[in-house]
Formats: sequence, C-alpha cells, structure tokens
Amino acid sequence: MATTGTTDTTRALTSVDEAALAGQIRVAVPEHSLRSDLRAVSIVWRRELIRFRRDRLRTITSLIQPLLFLLVLGTGLSSLAKGSMPPGVSFKAFIYPGVLAMSVMFTAIFSAASIVWDREFGFLREMLVAPVSRSAIVIGKCLGGATIATFQGIVMLALAGLADVPYDPVLMITLVGELLLLAFTLTAFGVMMAARITQFQAFMALTQMLVMPLFFLSGALYPLTGLPGWLSVLTRIDPLTYVVGPMRHAVFTHLNLPAFAQQALSPGITWAGWVVPIGLSLGIVAVMGLIMMGVAIVTFSRPE
Amino acid sequence: MAARGPHGTGPDGSGQVDGAGGVDGTDEHRPTASDVAGASGPGLAAGNGHSPPPAITVAGLTKNYGEIEAVRGIDFEVRTGETFGFLGPNGAGKSTTIKILCTLARPTSGSARVAGHDVTAERDAVRRNIGLVFQDTTLDNYLTGAQNLRFHADLYGVPTAAVAPRMRQVMEMVGLWDRRDSLVMTYSGGMQRRLEIARGLLHAPRVLFLDEPTVGLDPQTRSSIWEYINELKAREDITIFLTTHYMDEAEHCDRIAIIDHGKIVAIDTPEALKASVGKDRVQIHTSDDPAAIAELKRDFGIEAGIHEGAVTFSVTGGEQFVPRLFAGFSVPIRSVSVSRPSLDDVFMSYTGKTIRDAEATGADAMRQMVAHFRGRR
Repeated sequence: MATTGTTDTTRALTSVDEAALAGQIRVAVPEHSLRSDLRAVSIVWRRELIRFRRDRLRTITSLIQPLLFLLVLGTGLSSLAKGSMPPGVSFKAFIYPGVLAMSVMFTAIFSAASIVWDREFGFLREMLVAPVSRSAIVIGKCLGGATIATFQGIVMLALAGLADVPYDPVLMITLVGELLLLAFTLTAFGVMMAARITQFQAFMALTQMLVMPLFFLSGALYPLTGLPGWLSVLTRIDPLTYVVGPMRHAVFTHLNLPAFAQQALSPGITWAGWVVPIGLSLGIVAVMGLIMMGVAIVTFSRPE
Repeated sequence: MAARGPHGTGPDGSGQVDGAGGVDGTDEHRPTASDVAGASGPGLAAGNGHSPPPAITVAGLTKNYGEIEAVRGIDFEVRTGETFGFLGPNGAGKSTTIKILCTLARPTSGSARVAGHDVTAERDAVRRNIGLVFQDTTLDNYLTGAQNLRFHADLYGVPTAAVAPRMRQVMEMVGLWDRRDSLVMTYSGGMQRRLEIARGLLHAPRVLFLDEPTVGLDPQTRSSIWEYINELKAREDITIFLTTHYMDEAEHCDRIAIIDHGKIVAIDTPEALKASVGKDRVQIHTSDDPAAIAELKRDFGIEAGIHEGAVTFSVTGGEQFVPRLFAGFSVPIRSVSVSRPSLDDVFMSYTGKTIRDAEATGADAMRQMVAHFRGRR
C-alpha cells in the first residue's frame, strides 16, 4: 500500500512536468480512424515489399517453372502444334499468357503462405492485437502479395521476346493490369485459406493441390473451343480462365493476325454460345477476389 | 483485503491438496463468479470516486476451452502505477487470463476492464492503451530492429512526428540503439526480448503486459531484463502486469496473485504473503522417508510430504523444533535444513505443493488441469 502511495505522487508529478522530468516524448495513440487504417494498410503492404526485396533467391526460383513451361514444353510441343497454328504464330506465343499467369500464381500463393508462417513465428499476433481493424491488415496483406506477384509477372513479361510476343507499350500495360488483378485475387484466395489453415505443411499441400488443376483447366495450354462437355464445364468454373482469356486476347490483337486466325486461337470464353465480354470476364475475377478477401476479413475478425 | 488466509491451520503436506481442492472446487466456484459479476457495476462506480481508477478490474472471469476450464472464476484489481504479478505453474491459467485482458480471447463469462475500457465491448480502446510482450517472440526476423518498431508505430498510429524520437528513446532504454539496423535474426535471445519490450512501450501504453518476460533466458540475461523493467518503472508512467513461474521474479512485484488450477488462491504483497505463512520450512534427508513421515505424524502431529527429494514440512519456530526432533526420532536423519518462509512456501501453503512439483506434473499443461490428482504425487 505504501508503494502505491509513492507511485501515485510520482504520477502526479510526471503528468504536470512530464517533458522536463525525463525527456519523455509524449505519445497518445489516436482514436481509430480511416487514416489510421490506411496507415496500417500501407505498413503491412510495405513490409511485404521489404521482405520481397531481401529475398532475391525467391524471385529467381519462382521463374524456373514458368520458363520450363514456356521454353521446354512450348518448344517441344510447337512441332506438334504447327499444323493448327496460322503462319507466323508460334505455339510459345499461344501459351505465353498462361505462363505469365502461372508465374504470378506461385508468388501470390506463396506470399499468402507468409501469414501461416507469421502465425507460427508469432508475428501475426503482433498484427492482430493492434488497435486497427482486421480488414486493414488483410487488405494490406492482399495488396502486398498482389504487388510482389505482379513484380514477378513483370520479370516474366520482360522475357516476352522469347515467346515471339512484341514489346508493344499498350500490350504491356494491358497485361500488367490484368496480372495485377489476377495477383490480387490469388493472394486473396491464399489469405482466405491461411486464415483457416494454421499449419504450414497443410497449407502448402492444399494450395499445391489446387494450383495445378487451376492452371490446367484455365485454357492456358489449349484453346477453349471444341472441348468435350465435362472439360468445357470445368474450364468455365475455373476463375483463372477469366484472366487467361483476356490476356490471350490482348496478345493476339497485337500480333497483326487475320481475323479468322484470331478467331480460331482466341475465340473468347463462351457461356452456352454467348461470348463473355472482356470487361465482364475481368469483373468476375475482381468480384471473386473481393469476396474471398471479405471472407478472410471475417475469419480474422473472430476472436478466440 | 482480497487475499484469503492460508487453507486450514494444520501443517502443510500432501493431505492439504485435498482440502484445497474441496474449498476451491466447484461448490464455491459458481456463487463467487455470479456474485461478483453482479456486483461489478456498483463496484466500478465506487472505484471512480477515488483519484486514480484501477488499471485493471477483473470480475468473475472464466474461460473454457471445450471441456477444459482454463480459468475458473477469478476476481482481482490492479492499481494504477503498480507492478502486479501473476504467479503460478505452467497451465494454471496465467496466459489465458492475459490473452483475455489483451482482447485476444473472449471470456466465457465474467468481465474485465483494462485502462477503463471493457475488454469485450471496447477492444480497440483497450488495445490502444496496452503494450504487450508475449512469452514467444513476435518479431519479424527478416526485418531490422528499427523496421520492427516502425511497423509497430504505424500499426498503432503513433503520431508521425513522435515516431523517430520515441523510437530512439525506447531503443536506447534497452540498449539496442546501436544495433537498430541489424536484422532481428542476428539478435541474441536476450536482445530480442529487449526489443520486444521496447516495442511494447513504443506507443506509451498505460498498461504493459509481460507474459513470462524472462522465460527461456539465461540467469544473467534474466537479471538484466529486470534491470530494464525497473528502470522503465522509474521513467515511464505505467502499470505493469506480468506473469511468471519464477518465485524470485515475483519478489520484484508490488503485489502478486497466486493462481493455481485456474483460480486465484491468494493476493497480497510478497512480504504480507510470506508473513501470512508464519512458519519455517524444514527439510530432512533420512534413510527411510515413509517411516519418517509416519513418525512425524504420530509423534508431532505434523503432515509431511516429499518435495524435491526430501521430507518437507512447515512448523512455527523451526530452529527450536529441530533439537526436539533429534531428541526422539528413531529414523536416522542424514541432513536437515531450516528456511524462512519464501514465496515457494507461500505457494506451498496455499496450494499444497511446491511450484516445481506443480511444473513437474504439468508437462502437458492442459492435461494437468484436467488430471488434478497427478499434482498430489
């Protein structure tokens, strides 16, 4: 009791003359506001960038698999595909949009996996206990993952020449935009999964299990026309289809092809014969990303 | 005073556990929880009448994880500016309580207010006013020390102008300013803990929670952490709530609560708690411990138990008792030690076992709570 008395006196003193006494820097954490949430989004986002910059090895290793698909599979299959390709179009150019999507896919999912990692190493708790809304943290994480995955896509985009795709500025900007959208949705998907799956091994196993089917069903390696019914339905369910299609459309409109060739290689996505417009296609992806991010926010907002 | 007296007046021994279990068991549990929860409103109003309102008020708090009752109805108050310690073995409910107070877990029933805000209804307000140092490190090893603090400052909305000077101040306080640009993965365990303390203070919280702040550190680092904490108390206007299972660390606290099996069994200053025991602790090594225990009971009416490999019991006036013991004891005694009551004895007096015994059975902390009987050994 005596001790408390003394502390009380000290308290009174310090509050009167705080700065002078101990060189105390006055800090008052402000009320929760939109601004504080934006600041939180920004720092969570920046952390992803700092960590990405430190991890150069990841940038390189993430390139290997897409490059294998593009150069080895693309070159190997091109002789087989020659017959059905119009003159002047390589099979590599055909699968290039899919390979771009693939490079983004791995980085996006991997960056979401860092949430599981953060949980294991405790850092997630530092974020979850902060006086900001959980949505700020989830949004920051999704944007951060989207940004670094897009960077990864841009590295792959720089190699467009290998696939005989021209470095047209409009094409490049269109593709970056589409990659960003894809990266965001995939990160949101990863974050949603990471909100529930607490073990790193399980997370990686599950996402790996989903990533390849998503890729193969997206029409990244074959045109979506003339498929058997079951496959046709599956490709239309795969969200990746709705990004690969528009990206292929962008690539092929910049290849100066006759209309019939373009129609054959990039017919667009059809729902029972109706061609889904590019805008709607990308809109579907964006809405899915937002929904998954919403689910992630709800999951993280639930306390124990 | 909130503290209850030691259970019973008889000497402490293994039999005491049964008594303690009965008294603190479910019979008493329900009325306590509901009574205090009901009274919490008026109680708080009265508290506001005094100059500083309590930093923490807990009433009838319980937390169940499925079948397991981690916290079984606790009530206490921490005064502003106080260093308050939660002392108990692993699995006693310390970390669960701290999680509730930090808004990381929701109580099953009961209520808690921290820095004047309700932990369930005003989570953000509580979070703005508390600093946390967890048992396990929560740093990002891939960032530098300064980047970790920067992250925290932005997350907590520390005013931009104050960030740089405040960062320097807290880092200097824990002696890490020179290492601010090194990656955290290059820090030693003690440095990481210091960085966490610095980070916990960065936003000038009114209450700092330290969950086992020195666990897993070597003795030298432990004492240096305590130097920082003591310096901190002198410099910052802050209430500290900490948990520990180290008896010597509890001595640093103004008041401590002893928690066992999810219930608080005593709250007071370390001195008052030690005085409340009023008995010395005697440990004898004999050639036949069971016979010695039986003889102590028969000839002196003392309930002895085996703790830390020796026959252990408490008596008033230990030094006077030992000659009497030697005079008429048939079991050969190899060595004897008499000690003044320590917090260990306080713990033993209230729970019927030493904290090391409690730890030994608590390898699986959760299971320990379910399997009460194992604590008796």
